[in-house]
Amino acid sequence: MTILNRKVFRELGRMRGQVIAITLVMACGIMLYVSSRHTYISLLKSQESYYASYRFADVFAGIKRAPASTAEEIAGIPGISRVRTRIVMDVNLDVPGLDEPATGRLVSMPERRRPVLNDVAIQEGRYPAVGRPEEVIISEAFAKANGLAPDDWIGAVINGRQKALRVVGIGLSPEYVYEVQGTGSIFPDNLRFGVIWMARDALGAAFDMEGGFNDLSVALSSEAREMDVIDRMDLILEPYGSTGAYGRDSQISHRFLMDEIIGLSVSSNFTPAVFLGIAALLLHIVFSRMVRAQRDQIAIMKAFGYNNLSIGWHYLKFAFLAISGGTLLGIVGGFLLGRPLTALYQDYYRFPDLVYELNYDVIALAAIISVSAAFLGTLHALRSAMSLPPAEAMRPDSPAHFRPLAMERLGVHQLLTPVWRMIFRNMERKPVKTLLSAFGIAMAVAILVMGRFTFDSIEYLIDYQFRTVQRDDAAVVFAGPRPARARFELSHLPGVVRSEPYRAVPVRLRSGHRMKQTSINGLDPAGELRQLIDRDGQTQSLPPEGVVLTRTLADLLAVREGDMVAVEVLEGSRMQGRLPVSLLVDELIGISAYMDNRALNRFLGEGSTISGAYLSVDPLRADALYATLKETPAVAGVAVREAVIKGFEDSIAESTSATTFTLTVFACIIACGMVYNGARIALEERNREMASLRVLGFTEREISVVLLGEQAIVTLMAIPIGFLIGWGLCYLAVDATAQELYRMPLVITGKTYAFAFLVVGAAAVVSAYVVHRQLRHLDMIGVLKIQE
Amino acid sequence: MSTVQTEPVFRARSISKVYRMGEVDVTALRGVDLDLYAGELAVFLGASGSGKSTLLNILGGLDVPSGGQVYYREREMTGADEADRTGFRRRSVGFVFQFYNLIPSLTALENVELVTEIAEDPMTAEDALGLVGLQPRMHHFPAQMSGGEQQRVAIARAIAKRPEVLLCDEPTGALDYTTGKRVLEVIEKVNSTLGTTTAVITHNAAIADMADRVIRLRSGEIVEVYANKAKKRPDELSW
Repeated sequence: MTILNRKVFRELGRMRGQVIAITLVMACGIMLYVSSRHTYISLLKSQESYYASYRFADVFAGIKRAPASTAEEIAGIPGISRVRTRIVMDVNLDVPGLDEPATGRLVSMPERRRPVLNDVAIQEGRYPAVGRPEEVIISEAFAKANGLAPDDWIGAVINGRQKALRVVGIGLSPEYVYEVQGTGSIFPDNLRFGVIWMARDALGAAFDMEGGFNDLSVALSSEAREMDVIDRMDLILEPYGSTGAYGRDSQISHRFLMDEIIGLSVSSNFTPAVFLGIAALLLHIVFSRMVRAQRDQIAIMKAFGYNNLSIGWHYLKFAFLAISGGTLLGIVGGFLLGRPLTALYQDYYRFPDLVYELNYDVIALAAIISVSAAFLGTLHALRSAMSLPPAEAMRPDSPAHFRPLAMERLGVHQLLTPVWRMIFRNMERKPVKTLLSAFGIAMAVAILVMGRFTFDSIEYLIDYQFRTVQRDDAAVVFAGPRPARARFELSHLPGVVRSEPYRAVPVRLRSGHRMKQTSINGLDPAGELRQLIDRDGQTQSLPPEGVVLTRTLADLLAVREGDMVAVEVLEGSRMQGRLPVSLLVDELIGISAYMDNRALNRFLGEGSTISGAYLSVDPLRADALYATLKETPAVAGVAVREAVIKGFEDSIAESTSATTFTLTVFACIIACGMVYNGARIALEERNREMASLRVLGFTEREISVVLLGEQAIVTLMAIPIGFLIGWGLCYLAVDATAQELYRMPLVITGKTYAFAFLVVGAAAVVSAYVVHRQLRHLDMIGVLKIQE
Repeated sequence: MSTVQTEPVFRARSISKVYRMGEVDVTALRGVDLDLYAGELAVFLGASGSGKSTLLNILGGLDVPSGGQVYYREREMTGADEADRTGFRRRSVGFVFQFYNLIPSLTALENVELVTEIAEDPMTAEDALGLVGLQPRMHHFPAQMSGGEQQRVAIARAIAKRPEVLLCDEPTGALDYTTGKRVLEVIEKVNSTLGTTTAVITHNAAIADMADRVIRLRSGEIVEVYANKAKKRPDELSW
């Protein structure tokens, strides 16, 4: 080993506190990058191979009922390579051990197993035997949530008749990677919603669909244009009550999965960049100081004939060695952390095989990123080391130069004791260094704010959507439109305190070339269980005429209050008409449209008809009510609000806690790293001052104030800056996730700010304490005997 | 101040000091006995490594001896802990070093105020600076002053608390001839007008002529102590 290399290793050993801080921050950044990148690639690859192996369709359509011959017509459309017709029906289920009714989506499968579009990946058990109409495969998430296994039985109300179904297999399908019922419920409720695959003959017979189908999926050839195919399909299917063909973009499971994957791709680059920026900042602070302190050594080396390049390389080696540990730790840790992180997604997104493997590109990129950060961080120090003329370097660094600054001009210094004047003048003299340190700590604060923001936002979203907008305890969906008197039958059921009927009708809304598929909810104008809330949080009454749009929907259609929208009804008479937009409301979930139910009935040219009812339920008699509803053939589904909230909170809590915990640990590391390094360097640079003060009779505690006061002010300054940056990051995050399905509200509670404050404050105090202890070893006599 | 011996401020009895420098023990003091009397100006003379700084640091409570006893007035200092010694420095001792060790971020006035703030019965910082002839430059920062001026600020800072003893370790070591003498005049003035017991360490034998008493050290031992019959004023010194 050359002498210079030996110098590198020895000095790194001496600086171990600072090296550890850099290593940890670097490790955090690389770990986040490597793990989230691996997770991203894993999800993407798993999705690709899953879709390919189980033939996920490209275009989908729901129909009321179409004859089998239609399928041949569809297959004739240019660009379609495969067609699959199915029978798909939502039914009420009676699951053993579950009080409320669950909804089962019955999906037909061929009698004999053959490769089909949207195929089922059997995870356990077997395919239903031929001639066994009661045998079914159920979805894995539903099976797990309800503790169901092959050979268990579940009850289902099929076309008004109670049937017992025997579970023979547990399966997955690319159609239900994210298993939710529809646009209304965006969070999986695996306890109360599941997919049930059963033989086509059995299903056809039960729903009088022999020789027909009500669901169509097609695969496209590579040269096909999706929009053209959809238009041609709509033309053919319209007479059969099509609710409109749509591509993968509108397929709910695919949408969620893609949103997640894209979001992960963004965050896998963004968050690590923050950490690496901070690592570079730390390197900058530490190495600038090191080169300043080693001026004489640099001079000697130059005097002995080392050239600038070898001096530069010498210090660059320091930087590379200082980050190498962190990089290595980050890569190994990131790969290991990525696996459970990916597995966490498995709770929401179900794949038969999760591909998780080492990706060399990611590793190489991680190494390049950390080397770049090291280079960037030490650039300033390297330049000053290389450009130092040897004769000048031999002389000691010119003494700290203080002049009267802003504080003196303003006269503020009169109010301060000499000790605090020292503190402020030191900060004022090096504003860039002060700001950089504050910025580093501010980023730690911001990361904490961002980490806890998800909690706040989702809590608010739940509260707003499920307690302010939707006030019903349960929403009942009938199997089809019913006469209005059906509501009275509901209101007489045990436990029903209040019932408000609604009419829901699937529609396409158009304005100019913009089109959106949704449903119009006709509400009872005297109702209380659904509230229309405007932007200012005020409750608005339901206008007697016209259609009420959620703001997101209005934005998508580019319409405002008073504009007209074209309405194409996608059921029954399939009539078309125009309606004025009478009001805009703000909701965080979905893109709903509302109308006065009488106006809607009039628009549809029907008598008083309802699709279901919102119920207010006596909690003491809720179980009895749900038991009755379970066995009511006319009821296709019941959404129990508290169950929906609980299911969601349970599922979200786990992943959010994990993320918040990780970010908290990482933010602590940053805060500790910044404060420790700041105080440590201040101690080195100012040990002479400290020693002078000790000689003058200042106690250890008193000189700690001088040294750590500056860190305290920097930390206090950093906290509000961090709040602002955190708010900004949340704003960006909200903007990036603003989707049709749901919108994260930009809500950050005082609790979150307090949390960030306390965590960073505690980290700062701990680091300060460590440096305070080092003050004890201050060599008063030695320091003062040496010339500055 | 005459050479009439008053009561001793410091009494050192057979003090020794052994440093551990790396893996070697270095003996800095070998059983030194010394009395320092109230109001006198003593010069400690010796070559580098003779132990004079070590002795001064022990007297001033910056360091502790390895053996022997030190009494300040009636109090034994040898057993004092760090907190006691800090309090002692705070109340009773003023230090002046070769490298002035001013706080660069404080003005001359503020450097003195740093001490007057924590002292029990200090003079005003302005008076202290007046005593060393620096009142007109009291709002300057150290970087704006010459070495001699900085050393005078250091002296003002040391005496502002009205210490009983002023300990100066090579106060002129970093200064040129003229400014060095100017600093010695200030030290002499403090000693004569305030009556502060003053110890000056130097390797410059010429300075010994301004002392009431000269204590010569070599290799950690006192080899000679003598009183000046006719002490000189600093402006009469030359080297």
